[in-house]
Amino acid sequence: MPTVFGIPMAALFGQVVLGCVNGAFYALLSLGLALIFGLLNVINFAHGALYMMGAFAAWLLLGYAGIGYWGSLILAPLIVALIAGLIERLLLSHLYKLDHLYGLLLTFGLALLLEGLFRQQFGVSGLPYAVPPELQGVWNLGFMILPIYRGWVVAVSVVVCVSIWALIEKTKLGAILRAATENPTLLAAFGVNVPLLMTATFCLGAALAGLSGVLAAPIYSVNPLMGSNLIIVVFAVVVIGGMGSIMGAVVTGFALGLIEGLCKVFVPQVTATAVFVIMAIVLLVRPAGLFGKRR
Amino acid sequence: MAKAALDVKDLHAWYGDSHVLHGMTFHVQEGEVVTLLGRNGAGKTTTMRALMGSGVRRQGEIMVGGASAIDLPSHKIARLGLAWCPEERGIYSALSVQENLMLPPEVRPGGLSVEEIHQMFPRLKERAKSQGTKLSGGEQQMLAIARILRTGAHTLLLDEPTEGLAPIIVKQIGRIIAQLRERGFTIVLVEQNFHFASTLADRNYVVDRGRVIDMIPKHALADNKEKLVGYLGV
Ligand SMILES: Nc1ncnc2c1ncn2[C@@H]1O[C@H](COP(=O)(O)OP(=O)(O)O)[C@@H](O)[C@H]1O
Ligand SMILES: [Mg+2]
Repeated sequence: MPTVFGIPMAALFGQVVLGCVNGAFYALLSLGLALIFGLLNVINFAHGALYMMGAFAAWLLLGYAGIGYWGSLILAPLIVALIAGLIERLLLSHLYKLDHLYGLLLTFGLALLLEGLFRQQFGVSGLPYAVPPELQGVWNLGFMILPIYRGWVVAVSVVVCVSIWALIEKTKLGAILRAATENPTLLAAFGVNVPLLMTATFCLGAALAGLSGVLAAPIYSVNPLMGSNLIIVVFAVVVIGGMGSIMGAVVTGFALGLIEGLCKVFVPQVTATAVFVIMAIVLLVRPAGLFGKRR
Repeated sequence: MAKAALDVKDLHAWYGDSHVLHGMTFHVQEGEVVTLLGRNGAGKTTTMRALMGSGVRRQGEIMVGGASAIDLPSHKIARLGLAWCPEERGIYSALSVQENLMLPPEVRPGGLSVEEIHQMFPRLKERAKSQGTKLSGGEQQMLAIARILRTGAHTLLLDEPTEGLAPIIVKQIGRIIAQLRERGFTIVLVEQNFHFASTLADRNYVVDRGRVIDMIPKHALADNKEKLVGYLGV
């Protein structure tokens, strides 16, 4: 069997795929966080809870409405976006005039509250969600065996991230979003409804978290704590990429997933801390993050 | 009698607890060019911000084309047909020149077409793809004026459009303002350079410590030169 540095190729590629899958989630989640932070200046600690609710929405839609994976892929992000819209309008929007810290505290409290509610209702043991029949099985690529569903997750993440990037960099709406991030007061004086734009952006970021949740449901079990386990790494991704940088969030998300995967193969004992070591180094060398502009 | 484009009565404005406008009262007829003259810190920029509902708390009466603006949020005031070119110009660095130009939404029909704007400001066409803030100071000022001409707004608030610019650019901007007036725009021009302003304006309001203290129409300028010099300390 062929090896690289004494590691079997198949094991190496297996970890690379796993790294890409993790990276796919990091990218989608940190992209949403970056969008929200860029425009609303809110560090959304509830992002993990929104991701968790996306997975639960898929599970509940299946159990109570008979709506399967494909329907949930559209509906669950919409449901999460709607809930997020209410949170933004009813709670968060009242805090913009105050220090950033209040938004952070509010979303942190919300995350605890939401996770607590789901834990009480569904326990912590994790609920199964099946891979849809169309995506079951594996592809034999010759040099490795690729589970189709994992390939699907990576493909969806790449397509969604590139689409959002294009939306922001190449369209009129994107120009308005960039302008709102840079100088919202003047944009409002031009006649743009900036508060509405903020709500929409929060909903979009939340929808991305909800979508990640649906994608995750068949891989990880549906669990009230699935978000809080992931979100700490995602915050590290956002910091490394540069707060509020779209490109930074996506590239760093995939890169860190991969690095983690490779660590598991070559230096398994540091896997859990690798991301945070990288974060510390980046913060020392480039405090604004790899892609960030100093504010 | 011409209709009032802008009618401001007893306008007060605050930054936090700091009371800066103490009852500004002035009016502008449709098609008129009016200046706000006054020393540094008199409250001219604050007046513009208060009109746009941007960054100050305000009280009093603001009528834009007959509609009250005092209780409206900024984005709805713009939709009454008021457009603002701020003192700091506000060119977006995250946007190209063309994106900056196309950014303000159309608030009513009848704005200039992009072709007309490019004819007026050929440099903006040549540099369309550049980053907005890579333009020279004069070009950025042109862009800041150009982008509010597209929107159909009929009343333009221009805050020191000549500040810090070379004499030749100042002349160009003077010609542009004259052209805009020909086209029927109503213009409120804030200036410290009163030689520049006085050649363009129908009437000149003198602002001091957050109030209008005098109004001098064009024809009376020559007779009131000394008084003006006294007001402005030039
Ligand atoms: N953002 C602000 N916060 C607090 N005070 C301000 C602010 N901007 C201006 N001021 C004060 O308001 C007064 C009027 O300023 P301004 O309207 O900018 O004058 P002008 O444009 O006539 O030079 C000044 O005393 C200035 O110090
Ligand atoms: Mg000023």
